[in-house]
Amino acid sequence: MATSVRPPPARSRSVLTPVRGKARRGPRRSLTLTVLTAIMLVYSLIPLVWLLINATKTQAGLFDSFGLWFHGDFALFSNIADTLTYDDGIFLRWLGNTLLYVLVGAGGATFLAVLGGYGLAKFDFAGKRVVFAVVIGAVAVPGTALAVPTFLMFSRMGLTNTPWSVIIPSLVTPFGLYLMWTFAAEAIPDELIEAARVDGASEFGTFFRICLPLLGPGIVTVLLFSMVATWNNYFLPLIMLKNPDWYPLTVGLNSWNKQAESAGGEPVFNLVITGSLLTILPLLAAFLLLQRYWQSGLAAGSVKQ
Amino acid sequence: MAVARVATGRGVARRRSLVGWGFIGPFLAVFALVFLAPIGYAIYLSLFRNRLIGGNSFVGLDNYAQALQDSEFWSALGRVALFLAVQVPIMLFLALLVALAIDSGRLYGKSFFRVTIFLPYAVPAVVATLMWGFMYGTRFGLIGNINESLGVTLPDPLSPDLVLASIGNIVTWEFVGYNMLIFYSALRVVPASLYEAAEIDGAGQIRIIRAIKLPAIRGALVIATIFSVIGSFQLFNEPAILQDLAPNAITTYFTPNLYAYSLSFSGQQYNYSAAVAIVMAVITMVIAYVVQLRGMRREY
Repeated sequence: MATSVRPPPARSRSVLTPVRGKARRGPRRSLTLTVLTAIMLVYSLIPLVWLLINATKTQAGLFDSFGLWFHGDFALFSNIADTLTYDDGIFLRWLGNTLLYVLVGAGGATFLAVLGGYGLAKFDFAGKRVVFAVVIGAVAVPGTALAVPTFLMFSRMGLTNTPWSVIIPSLVTPFGLYLMWTFAAEAIPDELIEAARVDGASEFGTFFRICLPLLGPGIVTVLLFSMVATWNNYFLPLIMLKNPDWYPLTVGLNSWNKQAESAGGEPVFNLVITGSLLTILPLLAAFLLLQRYWQSGLAAGSVKQ
Repeated sequence: MAVARVATGRGVARRRSLVGWGFIGPFLAVFALVFLAPIGYAIYLSLFRNRLIGGNSFVGLDNYAQALQDSEFWSALGRVALFLAVQVPIMLFLALLVALAIDSGRLYGKSFFRVTIFLPYAVPAVVATLMWGFMYGTRFGLIGNINESLGVTLPDPLSPDLVLASIGNIVTWEFVGYNMLIFYSALRVVPASLYEAAEIDGAGQIRIIRAIKLPAIRGALVIATIFSVIGSFQLFNEPAILQDLAPNAITTYFTPNLYAYSLSFSGQQYNYSAAVAIVMAVITMVIAYVVQLRGMRREY
């Protein structure tokens, strides 16, 4: 007990995060295996390649050219310009809404999950088992099963058709809580908190100044996954929002696609395709950047070998 | 003296307990609002029925009795059960193969493989479905292209017979990389010394996979299976979006969730819809629980 504050063992690892490095010596590279695995790679990439190629075509070009090759005219930039300005620039409005929902929703969800996970991992309190059982049980409840009653409840509270109707349900991620819980239990040694208590630090001060930095890789993981969930959310905003001005990108894009089917609607397939491309780019970029961060943050995990 | 010490010990424990609630409290407050309250409200709703004459009246379990005899509900449930039985094993098997291949250290450019195969997970279901839906289409999709250039008539992926398989392909594309990553992360923490020892004992790669790697990632396999089961029962986005491209193939009761949605938002049958949603939630939880029990009990 008397041993004072030690730096925590760098053993933090996350359930979902790969760890690079430490390639085992030994096995020879196999061309056959690489080629076989490349089939999956091609499968994963084909739709994205299709999207990229077809974002360069005009609507007429879409219909009279081969899907996986370019059409004569290169219309990517005019498509982007059209996407951003169509219908008084509603696409930018949707992008702004999505950013708002991601920032407040996923940010808030991560914050609540980190606080809660730490509380569960490092404190003993009455009712902890109940909390555990209820939250784990909730993971199994289909989100869509909740959506309709949530909609009815929110409409009574006057929250539907406002950003709150999308943000509030995004604030809770039982899976994130679970992840932070296991992560905090492993990454923060009890002696560290004990030592801070002996030094007279307040519980919340200990959390913010000493423990929070140790939870970095776990926080990034939870943040990334709640960002993906919020950015990609479709069902919830679909039922909550009537006013297109509050749509996120996903609902907006599908409303453009539906336009072609409705009587008298103007088909805008080139805008749907270009808009889809613009929608996925920020997330792919964020993911690739964060991936690097994880890898450096979590490389320590391989020490366990 | 001793008594006083016990008292302070208890005081500290109570204070700690309060602090613990302080940390988990904010999460629980929102959780209660968006999980517990809607579940409670759904149960309440499911016990009533709104009639044209007589208005809202308490009907007990009538809505549940109706759901259990509803052939549209059963056909929707049968469809997702079939989906679960076919798509989930294929997807998890592919994910496992890729994870094992990457973990074997025998690939050229393995981090490129890992990152690229995971990428589709970051694509919204809406965009994934639109892309695949367009590619499936005969208007300007790949199927149309192939039919034209080769002069053949391929089966239409958006026809009623094939649309479920086409949705299975979209879902597989979206989640195979995610599951691969779960398996791969679990494989990474297997101590390398185990492999070395096995090799010294003359075990081949297949034997090592069966005797060491698979048992080591059993927990990850169970988790991935549970999430896939839940995902299959919740199937909504992909069929709902494909409905615009294949209106004849996808009915309003294609999946239980689509059915509950149509009941509420096209049919205004909120009470019955709530009952359907609750029946689905119970079925999902029971199956997820059974998978968990079986997965945990099976010792290799």
